[in-house]
Amino acid sequence: MSQVELIELSKSYEKQKDILKAINLFIKEGEFFVLVGPSGSGKSTLLRMIAGLEEISGGILKINNELVNHLPPKDRNLSMVFQNYALYPHLTVEQNILFGLKAKKVGKQEQQRRLKEAAEMVGLTELLKRKPRELSGGQRQRVALARSIVSHAPLCLMDEPLSNLDAKLRSNMRVQIRRLQKRLGFTTIYVTHDQVEAMTMGDRIMVLNDGKIQQVGRPITLYNEPANLFVASFIGSPKMNIGKAHFLAKHKRLTVENELSITVDPSIARGLPLDRPLTIGIRAEHLLPGTTENTTHYLEVVNVEQLGNETSIAFDVGTELWTAKWPGQWPIQVGQKVPVHLSSEHLLFFDSETGSLIQSASQAKKQEVLVI
Amino acid sequence: MTMSFRKKIIFYVLLSVSALILFAPTIMAVVMSLMTSQDILTGSAPSRLILDNFIQTFEHFPLLQFLLNSFIVSIVITIGQILLSSLAAYAFVFLEFKGREFLFYLFIATMMVPFEASVIPNFHTIRDIGWIDTYQGLTIPFFATAFGAFLLRQNFKQIPKELREASQIAGMGHFKFYLTVVMPVAKSSLVTLGIYGFLTSWNMYLWPLLSTTNDSVRTVQIGLKQLQSQEQLNQWGVMMAGAVIVIIPTLILLFLGQKKLQKGLTEGALK
Repeated sequence: MSQVELIELSKSYEKQKDILKAINLFIKEGEFFVLVGPSGSGKSTLLRMIAGLEEISGGILKINNELVNHLPPKDRNLSMVFQNYALYPHLTVEQNILFGLKAKKVGKQEQQRRLKEAAEMVGLTELLKRKPRELSGGQRQRVALARSIVSHAPLCLMDEPLSNLDAKLRSNMRVQIRRLQKRLGFTTIYVTHDQVEAMTMGDRIMVLNDGKIQQVGRPITLYNEPANLFVASFIGSPKMNIGKAHFLAKHKRLTVENELSITVDPSIARGLPLDRPLTIGIRAEHLLPGTTENTTHYLEVVNVEQLGNETSIAFDVGTELWTAKWPGQWPIQVGQKVPVHLSSEHLLFFDSETGSLIQSASQAKKQEVLVI
Repeated sequence: MTMSFRKKIIFYVLLSVSALILFAPTIMAVVMSLMTSQDILTGSAPSRLILDNFIQTFEHFPLLQFLLNSFIVSIVITIGQILLSSLAAYAFVFLEFKGREFLFYLFIATMMVPFEASVIPNFHTIRDIGWIDTYQGLTIPFFATAFGAFLLRQNFKQIPKELREASQIAGMGHFKFYLTVVMPVAKSSLVTLGIYGFLTSWNMYLWPLLSTTNDSVRTVQIGLKQLQSQEQLNQWGVMMAGAVIVIIPTLILLFLGQKKLQKGLTEGALK
């Protein structure tokens, strides 16, 4: 299995400078590594550079400790799954799957053996004689996967492979791809703009924005301790509630969006700088329903979404729209003032100017320690 | 479509009349080829239909030789055009090089130069190489067509780039990709170009007239013209019989390929 190393990798086009800026990254053998970012962040370009489809403007790319900057794609020993699957429309499923092997002059018997194996793995055995246009989206996707499997390449690149599928199929395929990868053990670099895919599939995630690495880490780390405001609002659904805040050290009180006043626990207050404008963040599931004992605020409801297993409630807080996610079904009407419990131990503190994290939620950290 | 009965009748009458006007010369040719020369010259309606004219055409002049020449010339031109156009179109779509767009527009611009303007330099070239009265002299000047390259380029552009990239990763070179993927995928456009090329070269008149001096490689269109002037008194019946024979291959091709031809020419216009 391959390991991939990127050292100060950068990309510029003639017309557009710095699509990617000094990317440093190490992807371990057998890892499922996800590149995630909004469209235009340069994630696909980075993947295509690793594949050799895009020229490298600067920096070093190593696969298995070998410099591959100028190696053509075929010599990098990798396979790739494309967003539109890139199936050859005039060939049958079987021919499509074996296409790469024929080009690499693999023996006939070996071809058939691998075909059988891959077709069984992705459940295409019945469809081998069909043409791609006679297949559904999910089936085409599986052909593309099978093509990648038969190549036995130690590194597999996937460029938004699920974005053309409908939601149900997508979650099904997520599990399938993940299981396949664990079973065969190939190193995977997976590009997506969908943070749910990133969270659920990746061993590690890299968040990319404007050609710069925002954060690299395990999904849970990114969720609990986002390095900056961008990662905080990008990872997680619904997105993290964010608000401008003033911290008055004397009273140990925090004023959020000039509306909410929160008492800050002394242990948390210690870590906060006094002279800088702050932005606080709180996850939707931490904006709890208030009981008679612990209600801290009353907020006016502007929207309610009943999801059955949980209820999503939106509030106006200053200029921001905050959402809370409460388990169970809550009979709440729009316009009603509901009691909430807002505790400082769930708050994340960011520097308003640089956007970087000052202090993550103390509560989340405790939970993590318990699990380990 | 819903249409009132009256409207329908009007439409059909109009359509029939215009079809008749358009088709009249062809009908006349077919009818005249079956008439005796007496009937033709007196301008009366055919008193009886005969096949003598057809027999005479084959007896009096080497129609079979002409037909064969026409077939050879048309087929060679068709194949040459498909080959060169597709290679050029491939380069314009899948190879990246500086000035590609400029070169392409230059290419397209040659479509505006009428064929007649290039006849004289072409003739000089052919004569200097000594290709007068040869098949290569008749065919090679027509191999390169800007129209063909344009048509195929538009079609190749619809092939997703990912197909090329996937084959790159599989380790497939440009030529193999061209042969095993691009050509089969663009089949319908190739057929269109083929039919179009065949029909135009079959109907070619000026160039075969200039570049041939004897019957050995002459095409059937020139042969027809010869029928007219060989005898003092024009045998219209025989000439028309010849013309009817000549249009048969074109008609067959059109009937077989009409759907494909239309589809190919308008492909990419919508979407």
